Amino acid sequence: MLGRLTIEALPFYSWVAMGGAAVTVGGGIAVFLLITWLRAWKVLWTDWLTSVDHKKIGIMYVVLALVMLVRGFVDALMMRAQQAFSLNTEGYLPPEHFEQIFSSHGTIMIFFVAMPFLTGLINIIVPQQIGARDVAFPFLNSVSLWMTAAGAGLVLISLVVGKFSQAGWTGYPPYSGVEYSPGVGVDYWLWALITSGVGSTLSGINFIVTIVKNRCPGMTFMRMPMFTWTSLCASILIAFAFPALTVVAGQLMLDRTLGFHFFTNGDGGNMMMFANLLWIWGHPEVYILVLPAFGIFSEVVATFSRKRLFGYTSLVYATACIALLSFTVWLHHFFTMGSSADVNAIFGIATMIIAVPTGVKIFDWLFTMYKGRIEFHPSMVYTIGFMVTFVIGGVTGVLLAIPPADYLMHNSTFLVAHFHNMLIPGALFGYFAGLNYWFPKALGFKLDTKWGIRSFWCWIIGFYLAFMPLYVLGFKGMSRRMEHYADPSWQPYLIVAGIGALFVLCGIACIAIQLYVSAKTWGSARDITGDPWNGRTLEWATSSPPAAYNFAVLPEVTDIDAFHDMKILGQAYQTPQHYEDIVMPKNTWVGLALGALAFGLGFAFVWHIWWLVALCFVLSLVCVAIRASDDNSDFVLPAAEVARIERERLAEISPADLHDMRDFVPRGVASGAPLTGTV
Amino acid sequence: MSAATILEEEQKHALHSREFGFWIYLMTDAVIFALLFASYAVLAKNSAAGPTSKELFDLGRTSVETGLLLVSSLTFGMASIALMHDQKGRVVRWLIVTLLLGLAFLGMELSEFSGMIDKGAGPEVSGFLSAFFTLVGTHGLHVALGSLGIVVMIAQVLTKGLTAPVRSRLTRLGLFWHFLDIVWIGIFSVVYLPGVL
Amino acid sequence: MNHSADRSQSTYLTGFVLAVLLTAIPFALVWGGLLVGPAVYAVIAVAAVLQVIVHLVFFLHIDLKSTPVENLFFLVFAAVLIFIMVGGSLWIMMDLHHRMQ
Repeated sequence: MLGRLTIEALPFYSWVAMGGAAVTVGGGIAVFLLITWLRAWKVLWTDWLTSVDHKKIGIMYVVLALVMLVRGFVDALMMRAQQAFSLNTEGYLPPEHFEQIFSSHGTIMIFFVAMPFLTGLINIIVPQQIGARDVAFPFLNSVSLWMTAAGAGLVLISLVVGKFSQAGWTGYPPYSGVEYSPGVGVDYWLWALITSGVGSTLSGINFIVTIVKNRCPGMTFMRMPMFTWTSLCASILIAFAFPALTVVAGQLMLDRTLGFHFFTNGDGGNMMMFANLLWIWGHPEVYILVLPAFGIFSEVVATFSRKRLFGYTSLVYATACIALLSFTVWLHHFFTMGSSADVNAIFGIATMIIAVPTGVKIFDWLFTMYKGRIEFHPSMVYTIGFMVTFVIGGVTGVLLAIPPADYLMHNSTFLVAHFHNMLIPGALFGYFAGLNYWFPKALGFKLDTKWGIRSFWCWIIGFYLAFMPLYVLGFKGMSRRMEHYADPSWQPYLIVAGIGALFVLCGIACIAIQLYVSAKTWGSARDITGDPWNGRTLEWATSSPPAAYNFAVLPEVTDIDAFHDMKILGQAYQTPQHYEDIVMPKNTWVGLALGALAFGLGFAFVWHIWWLVALCFVLSLVCVAIRASDDNSDFVLPAAEVARIERERLAEISPADLHDMRDFVPRGVASGAPLTGTV
Repeated sequence: MSAATILEEEQKHALHSREFGFWIYLMTDAVIFALLFASYAVLAKNSAAGPTSKELFDLGRTSVETGLLLVSSLTFGMASIALMHDQKGRVVRWLIVTLLLGLAFLGMELSEFSGMIDKGAGPEVSGFLSAFFTLVGTHGLHVALGSLGIVVMIAQVLTKGLTAPVRSRLTRLGLFWHFLDIVWIGIFSVVYLPGVL
Repeated sequence: MNHSADRSQSTYLTGFVLAVLLTAIPFALVWGGLLVGPAVYAVIAVAAVLQVIVHLVFFLHIDLKSTPVENLFFLVFAAVLIFIMVGGSLWIMMDLHHRMQ
């Protein structure tokens, strides 16, 4: 009846495991009680859980990412603590527990922090940047969200019922095969990947169609804001790389559940093919995480340098180059698997070539700052921190791209330091910059800058303390993922790395305090104009938070930095001649239901509860059928209602709130033709 | 503009977007199949202690299966032409013919699979057979879903008539069906024909 | 994919006849044992590629004029990526296979 699920699945075998389970269950109960105490269930249901509004879905994505960031960071802290003390001792974590922790840390940070964070930011911002009222498929958007949440749920519940994978976040066979990992851990990992992977693929397709089909009049491809460009490229990467993950995860699952022989040791399996297929997805994935952050940096650097982005065209081409090249380098993740020198050399060279367009971008950002009036807003500070730190990661990356050098550093902590050096400044700092930059747009009030700056300093100091020692340890020959070690000269470095993790803890605490302080004093930090930073792109033309329809009248665009020009020409904040009826999608419970069913399906599959698998599958088909035959999923918001909302908004804005644009009016011949004669 | 016309405009745009989105979905599905083909090519000779492809494949059956799918592509095309001419009855009739051809294909494939498993050549026997069953089975699963889609669309044409959303769905289903036939070209060219050589 | 003009019965029939031909050639060669060695594989490959193009043109109605640019872009992009992924995988795996012997 319950497959292999027995009472022994509960974590009464170890105090650490029980602690983790208690925190997870306790957190769940606390959230439940808090919502009940606030009597917020109805609001939560009608305004959020069943919403198909891209802004709300985006906010829910970001909340999911922040919650999972805390969970993934606790894993990191536990690992650092273990390694700081486990010289010639077992430390406080038994090996099987340590293995679960590093596996879940990687899985969570990639799939349930970075992916939802960037998906959330794209969701909130891109439709507004291209002057659209919503994404192309609002319902599919909700499905994507709940599929991702279902995957996160599977990782979380593995703390309480059963165990998580011990095979690392990449899960190489044969260790992840059923012979060496017979438990449920790898199955949890696989189903978390598959469900969230399906969600991501759908998001990718959704964003591609949105950006290609829903741009406002006049917004040609070469007038799209940089964040939209990088989101488009990242979405294309998502749509074409995630199928590889689906394939490889599906094959490993078939190996494990039905005794197939894709990656087994004997019977004609080929475990090297797993590494090959996994990294066909895995390398583009790195750029999926980094490209949107590059877009955020581009927006932030232009806004807070008070200048037009330098080299827009070169940034677009560099992004497109990176996107295509990212599909041609996957072998550098397994140089040491034994390919011949020809193969390794070609992939090594391809890898180094990617550094070129990336370097172009760095110079473009630097030239944007050059002679700009730089304002050190937290998002700008994160951007500067990124530029300095990311270059170090780039250099170590080019070093690792040389196959003979890679033979020395492969699987060492040098590699761990390298990819954290890419992903923390390159991706996470970008998302934090985006959080600080777009928070008022999403929720209507500004974040506290003091705590934002503090979080930055804690993060960057913590980052250097935590990962520079790992570079050194890699040179000294320390392998990654060691539960304990015998070389006393390593310990000082590991202690420093542990202190770095404590600084990062402070950084996360600062973000929490920042959110708390800002929420408490939100009235005084309200963003009335919808344009708190004197922004340049169209998302600042809407109110903060935007009306459900974003734009009452779709804007027309003649150049990049459309909103900046509108402000100079005095076209912003104008009442249009008349308002029109607007078609809006209706809320629906089907997305949430599909997510819940995906969770049930994954859970049942992990525990081999076959009747539940069948039930969830059939119910999913029923949900899809219900939705597919519904031709009545939209409603019309009458023009009068739109006019009322817009009137109320404009009435609140007084001339004193607006930015003084006189300094930005172009003068002289060098300023370019479009605006001359307007002053 | 009245609410009805604005809804109609919006719907037209939405249907265009859906057709484009579906096209991208097909491309991603093509990548899935491409990687399954690559896996098969890597494992094709790894028959371990089990039977080889030469002992198992029967080109006679494959050629009939190929014929069934190819003709079904033609009949779906006929349904599309009927759709263009607004002939509801003919659309339904051609869809039924397509459905029957699809089901016949599925029946043949299932009997092939069960015959192989009876002979001791199931997917758990060797890397070659795992890759074979996964690749051909995934295609079969797609045909099954396509057939389910045809059933749903027949019902929709009969109950809703040839409305704009129904037309759009039929167009997309047609793309899907023709796409599956393209995948099948790959299957007989990569799996069956080289398999008996 | 909305260009009804050329979606006439004759298009489908032409495509069908071409597809039947391109299917029959490799089947006949393999069945009848008319060719041996690498030439068979070459014929199978060429016939398959041609048939894929026939299906794209006559059944999916891809053509350079009326098909929307973005659809063509993604078709070509997918083709390039499939070439990179499959070609690269086979190259890598065959190379490893060779070196393990």
